[in-house]
Amino acid sequence: MSPPDRKEADVRALLRQPPGVPVPADLAARALAQGERLLRRRRVRLALVWVTVLTALLALVVCSLVLDPWSEPPPTTSPAVGR
Amino acid sequence: MRERQQQQERLRALEFEAFVAGAGGRLLHAATLLTGEPPGAAPEAERLLVRALGRTRADWARLRGGDPYDRTRQELAARFARSTRRHRRARGGLLGGLSPHERLVLVLRLYEGIAEEQVAAGLGLPVERVRALHTRAMTALLSRPSEAEAQHEPA
Repeated sequence: MSPPDRKEADVRALLRQPPGVPVPADLAARALAQGERLLRRRRVRLALVWVTVLTALLALVVCSLVLDPWSEPPPTTSPAVGR
Repeated sequence: MRERQQQQERLRALEFEAFVAGAGGRLLHAATLLTGEPPGAAPEAERLLVRALGRTRADWARLRGGDPYDRTRQELAARFARSTRRHRRARGGLLGGLSPHERLVLVLRLYEGIAEEQVAAGLGLPVERVRALHTRAMTALLSRPSEAEAQHEPA
């Protein structure tokens, strides 16, 4: 019975009045196409991430095989301490 | 394996189409109220809704029991909130005279029936701001000269 509630009910009824026009027939098809476009884009992005990761891994393996960093013995002389 | 995946995608597309057939009208009405366009001639609202629905379609597999309607409405509101600048102009709809944020709050609060706190949280606004927008929107809407059924009561 308080005025704000009354007014809210009025506005609610106003907003919820059925618009009386049909939904465009192609709405679902357009939304579907848009969704599939998004999915495709997502898949491409994921594939790119994988390619990048695998390329980096391959580069690391090749690089370490070529340079052989572990074949060199560690330096035997230690720097002098507290001279 | 691949064939099964395709079959699953087809099933999701069918489910999605059934969802749009059921909820499309209500969502389009909400979008039309948001953009302030008259019903039946609302290209902006359709554009907004198609994008929001597209997002719902893309996320369909991850919905996992979540309500696609709620999801779409959230996306719609968020997209609209991000693009308020392009919807500032009055376009002759029921809420055409209101500012975009006033329309957004009014639609979420009264058309969708969402509580004030939830609206505030969803839009990232303080509750006081949402309340103020709501009050201003109500005043603006009810004081329209053309509306016969609304009592004329300024401020």
